[in-house]
Amino acid sequence: MADVRQIVIDIISDIAPDEDVTNLDDQKSLREQLDLDSMDFLDIVMELRKRHKVEVPQEDYPKLASLASCVAYLSPKFVTA
Amino acid sequence: MNDTQRIVMTGIGLTAPNGNNLTEFRKALLECRSGVKHVDIRYMGKQVAGMCEFDEFKYQSKKLRRRGTRAGSISIYCANEAVADSKLDWAQVDKSMVGVYLGITEHGNVETEEEIFQMHQNNLDWKLWSPHHNPRTVANSPAGEVTLNLNITGPHYTLGSACAGGNVGIIQGVQQLLLGEVDVALAGGISESSQTFGIFAAFAAQGALAQHEDASQASRPLDKNRNGIAISEGGCVYVLERLSDAKKRGAKIYAEIVGYAINSDATDFVNPNSERQVECMHKAIKRAGLTVSDIDIVNMHATGTGTGDVNETVAVRRAFEASNKTYVNFTKGHIGHCMGAAGSLELAGNLPSFEDGVVHPGMNCTDLDPECEVKNLVINEPKKVGNVNYILNNSFGMLGINSALIVKKYS
Repeated sequence: MADVRQIVIDIISDIAPDEDVTNLDDQKSLREQLDLDSMDFLDIVMELRKRHKVEVPQEDYPKLASLASCVAYLSPKFVTA
Repeated sequence: MNDTQRIVMTGIGLTAPNGNNLTEFRKALLECRSGVKHVDIRYMGKQVAGMCEFDEFKYQSKKLRRRGTRAGSISIYCANEAVADSKLDWAQVDKSMVGVYLGITEHGNVETEEEIFQMHQNNLDWKLWSPHHNPRTVANSPAGEVTLNLNITGPHYTLGSACAGGNVGIIQGVQQLLLGEVDVALAGGISESSQTFGIFAAFAAQGALAQHEDASQASRPLDKNRNGIAISEGGCVYVLERLSDAKKRGAKIYAEIVGYAINSDATDFVNPNSERQVECMHKAIKRAGLTVSDIDIVNMHATGTGTGDVNETVAVRRAFEASNKTYVNFTKGHIGHCMGAAGSLELAGNLPSFEDGVVHPGMNCTDLDPECEVKNLVINEPKKVGNVNYILNNSFGMLGINSALIVKKYS
């Protein structure tokens, strides 16, 4: 089973290398805790597709708001990916 | 002339393959230290090229570097260094009256090639094309990145002018200051060309790509054994101000810009035209109110190609026939061809001559091509010439764009 939480954190670390991702609150919005903007979220979507062949349709972008929602939304996709 | 109509250089920020500030760069030029190395170019393998080694994160976060471009990174470094060097009280400067004018040879090839490469690596999945592609490749991008970085709200744009870009950027800055559009111009030229595959392959196809076992000897302008261009990246940005403003704040003045000209060959896509080059130099001298004998140093564009060097030599010989005291040098033997940055960088390399009275030599011209002989050519060793008052800087480019810029020692 893929560690979806870690996969998302790894991608964020590459996209926003100046940010400290060691103590993120899974329930809080990522944008509340990190300096991320809408373009960064597009990069996250892009990297999920490039690295893991996981597609996130535009209408589902809000589901990537927090680490917890990322895990809930992406985990089934990793099972079938 | 009224001091509000006189434009001076009060700050310099640069990165070249052999130095990341004016002191380092000048020292390397005087010591004949090359910055050209062998590097691995995608698909082509080992090629000679000049890469800059400045600290990309001195003025930019890792995230914004990733989002932006190499051209933007070079521009941001040079602009910040120039502002720091000028000792402008940046917090107090009216940012709406600052303009950014950067000459470029081309822009966007690095990013486009990378996107296509990534798509090929991923079964032509076009959905992997980056959302950053457009802001990265719009032609104003390098200048725009400077405004984002320095909170400049005045005008910004790049000047697409092939390898005349470095001079053209400066000329644009001068003109905008004279028009009263801005009070401070960050002007010069930049290039990230050595990061692209296409430019290497195209010069190779033209038979104009420099090759040598010892990369430091690959760029050999005017030498009998020259075999092409060593492609380099680089940048040089000046702080330009009206003399009245510079005096008011007691700024150090590197030089006054007293003449310039830009013209077009209208003869060929790539082959230069000596006659138009002579006209360009003479037009700049006339605008400065000088005669050819007033010019102490001419920096040749001299790229190291067969016909380009001969044509320019013919032009310089003809343009300065009436002068016996004009020394001639070139810079690309040391740093290769920094494309859009060449004009502004090469001018910077000669500016310290106003203080030390020394002409830096052209490098790697060990067997001068008789067709490239020109009066008072300074090669391989620096020459102490005494008082230097005027420098003329040549910068020419494809599609027949010629530029000449004249700076005067300020006293």
